Amino acid sequence: MIKYALFLGCNIPARVSQYEDSSRAVLKNLGVELIDIRGFNCCGYPLKNIDQRAYILSSAKNLALAEKQGLNILTLCKCCFGSLKKAEYLLKEDSNLRQDINRALVDSGLKYEGNIAVKHFLSVLYHDVGIDAIKNRLSGSYKELRIAAHYGCHALRPSRITRFDDPVAPTIFDELVEITGATSVDWPQKLECCGAPLTGINDDISINLTKKKVLDAKKSGADYLCTACPFCHLQFDTIQKKVASNNGNSEYLAPVLYSQLLGLCMGIDQETLGINKNKLDISEIKSFIDSATDPHRPT
Amino acid sequence: MVFNVLLYTSLFVFIVGLIYRISTWFSRKIGISSRDISKSERLAAAFKGILEVIFSAKILILIKVFILDVVFQKRILKEDFLRWAMHMLIYTGFMLLLLIHALDKHITASLFSEYYSTLNPFLFLRDFFGMMVIAGLAIAIYRRFILKQPRLKTNSMDYYAIIILVVIMISGFFLEATKITSISDFERMVKDFSDVDEEKDLRALESLWVHEFGVVSPDIKEPFEQKLLEHGREIHETNCASCHSSPKWAFAGYALTKILNPIALSLDRAKSPNILWYIHILACFFGLAYLPFSKMFHIIASPISLLANAVMEKESSHPANIATRQVMELDACTHCGTCSLGCSAATAFDALGNENILPSEKMVSLKSLIAGRKLSTEEIKAVQEGICLCTNCDRCTVVCPVGINLKELWLNVREDLIQKGYPEPMLLSPFSFVRGLNRYDIPADEYYKPVEVAKQAVAGKFDFLIKQSPLVLHGGGVEEFSQLSKDNTFSYCFSCQNCTSICPVVCSFDKPEEALGLLPHQIMRCIGLGLVEMASGASMIWDCLTCYQCQEHCPQNVNVTDLFFELKNLAIKNVERVETR
Repeated sequence: MIKYALFLGCNIPARVSQYEDSSRAVLKNLGVELIDIRGFNCCGYPLKNIDQRAYILSSAKNLALAEKQGLNILTLCKCCFGSLKKAEYLLKEDSNLRQDINRALVDSGLKYEGNIAVKHFLSVLYHDVGIDAIKNRLSGSYKELRIAAHYGCHALRPSRITRFDDPVAPTIFDELVEITGATSVDWPQKLECCGAPLTGINDDISINLTKKKVLDAKKSGADYLCTACPFCHLQFDTIQKKVASNNGNSEYLAPVLYSQLLGLCMGIDQETLGINKNKLDISEIKSFIDSATDPHRPT
Repeated sequence: MVFNVLLYTSLFVFIVGLIYRISTWFSRKIGISSRDISKSERLAAAFKGILEVIFSAKILILIKVFILDVVFQKRILKEDFLRWAMHMLIYTGFMLLLLIHALDKHITASLFSEYYSTLNPFLFLRDFFGMMVIAGLAIAIYRRFILKQPRLKTNSMDYYAIIILVVIMISGFFLEATKITSISDFERMVKDFSDVDEEKDLRALESLWVHEFGVVSPDIKEPFEQKLLEHGREIHETNCASCHSSPKWAFAGYALTKILNPIALSLDRAKSPNILWYIHILACFFGLAYLPFSKMFHIIASPISLLANAVMEKESSHPANIATRQVMELDACTHCGTCSLGCSAATAFDALGNENILPSEKMVSLKSLIAGRKLSTEEIKAVQEGICLCTNCDRCTVVCPVGINLKELWLNVREDLIQKGYPEPMLLSPFSFVRGLNRYDIPADEYYKPVEVAKQAVAGKFDFLIKQSPLVLHGGGVEEFSQLSKDNTFSYCFSCQNCTSICPVVCSFDKPEEALGLLPHQIMRCIGLGLVEMASGASMIWDCLTCYQCQEHCPQNVNVTDLFFELKNLAIKNVERVETR
């Protein structure tokens, strides 16, 4: 059985609990064991703009906590993923930094030596569980469902540090979408930013980028966006809805979390997957499932 | 007489204090939510709200919360068994002492016709409950002063609470012990309550009491003849036994007599029982009178907070009631530190040192702020930074043992604070994300203003730089430059402009130079020329999405995005430096 320390971060428990619930259900179904570490704190992502050392210390504390239990970390959030990866990288490269941080961790009875790995949910599914193992657990498959997979910046880049996928032509997320029977559409804005990092700082730019992506995904024929990060999800879900309703506009493209997309094909019930917890309605997605078709039957 | 005067004075102060403290729940303004609501409106809304809850199915929720959270304190148990044991010992022990011991004339005596404080089971129970409180206090002292958890802060109110309880309990046990040993009390009791007057009988009774009841006599000492004791016991049975169980049942006080034995006579001559009695009741009365103004006020406010939060919701509750509840919640906080131990952003406190980052300490500052105490500019800025440096993970709210809705409190107070006009750099980071999510709840002009103020504070003063020709390294930037050159990848830049042309922010504008100050490749060249101040003053760095497209696509492996982070860090440090100058 594969075992990970589940790193939820701050947004998911407070605002995107359906991502946690659906991911737990999906991973349980795939035989991945998740350990909760109570002492985990913020990954430090919002501190990057403020103070580099405060950011690294926050990340390092989490890394040290997981290392103490000998567990690799699984993150659901791509910003947490990027932050933890960068901290891991810098702590490995710079021994002065590592010493300084470890001195600060002494009070908490912790020490970080760099012996664990940090992985994103999608990487775990793709590399550690594997496409075939996932296929074996599917009880239905989508028909004529077109999905625009949104990769998320902080997983892809800087690729030298994150090592998530090919930064220019990534395929992991598309392949994961396609095993559900859905079509992963090709859309020019696929690798662009969702706009979330500027929410609250420069909302005009932020919303402009969100709109551009949504428009592009729609133009490319997508029925839904697909996300695997709470920031991206909140941007496409909560913010898109608020902006649309504030402009008296009902034209939008709803995002579905990848764990929800996959969970439905596994026959996990909508309640567990938190389908109705999304702000933009995605309940129609169920009608694309064709449970009569056996996904393993050669066509 | 003295007792009654003291009792009624302290009771009077207590009641007046109580009324005053509760009235502040309705009069004090908090955050933006209470701005346009008058005191009378809040009072009326509270009455209406309470009645509505009592006469609805919600009363069942109140009953459930009262039993589970107020009486059994399930929320503390969920967090930490030791703390739960501590609080249960102190609170049940003290409540029971209050009922059977302090109010014995009114409660115990009317329930049990044969009640005497010196008879069992009352004699035993008083010590038993007292030892519960002592055990609880020992855990409290262990937790605060020996265990030394890094983020658990102890302030004067915490000291006071522990000290007042320790004084009450210790003086009580010493009073009991000195009364057991007191020969003068023994003689007085014999004179007042018995008909023993013959010298031989008196000697026999005293011998028995020295032998078995812990009395320390100046001239009668062990060993005693068996016959003398038997004679003493006969007298005891007819004169004393109906009101006196063996003091050994008062196990704690009796154990103390063994320690005090060598000095018992001098203690008695110095009238120690009298002095200790005064210390004991004065401490109790002081505790009572000061209760509404101390941390102990949580005895009243915390249950109300638990009950109110169980039936109130942000969407459906009257805004006036939310404002009232939020002021009340400041009194409900016991400064137990559970929130700070679980706080997701607390590591930033370890790195930056501002105590206001910790939720428990924010509460202390907010109490002062909302009570109208004049805070210095530095103090206000520290609170502002603390309250903005929050990831809104809501963990504090989930774990608070007294059910305070901290997340709503932060949002409400934060919005009010950042309108005061002190630039807050935290707003220029993803800490603003949740504020952005809720932006339609905030009036548009108020929403943009604090971010604009912060941007102005970090913005470069370009005018004089641009007039310089040729541009040279500004004196103030030397130290900053050496810090930046640790990542000297900028020196590889040959201005191919890949970074700029791929930047989604730059692409959002028709005239990006006007909107962004400097473009990414220009910023890299700036650093290369040592113009750090100029580079860190460009609004481009704050409008950067951190999507890393520039860095990923740089043919020269310049760490463009990472250098932006460093410039932002520098600009923020600069704001602090300029302000402290």
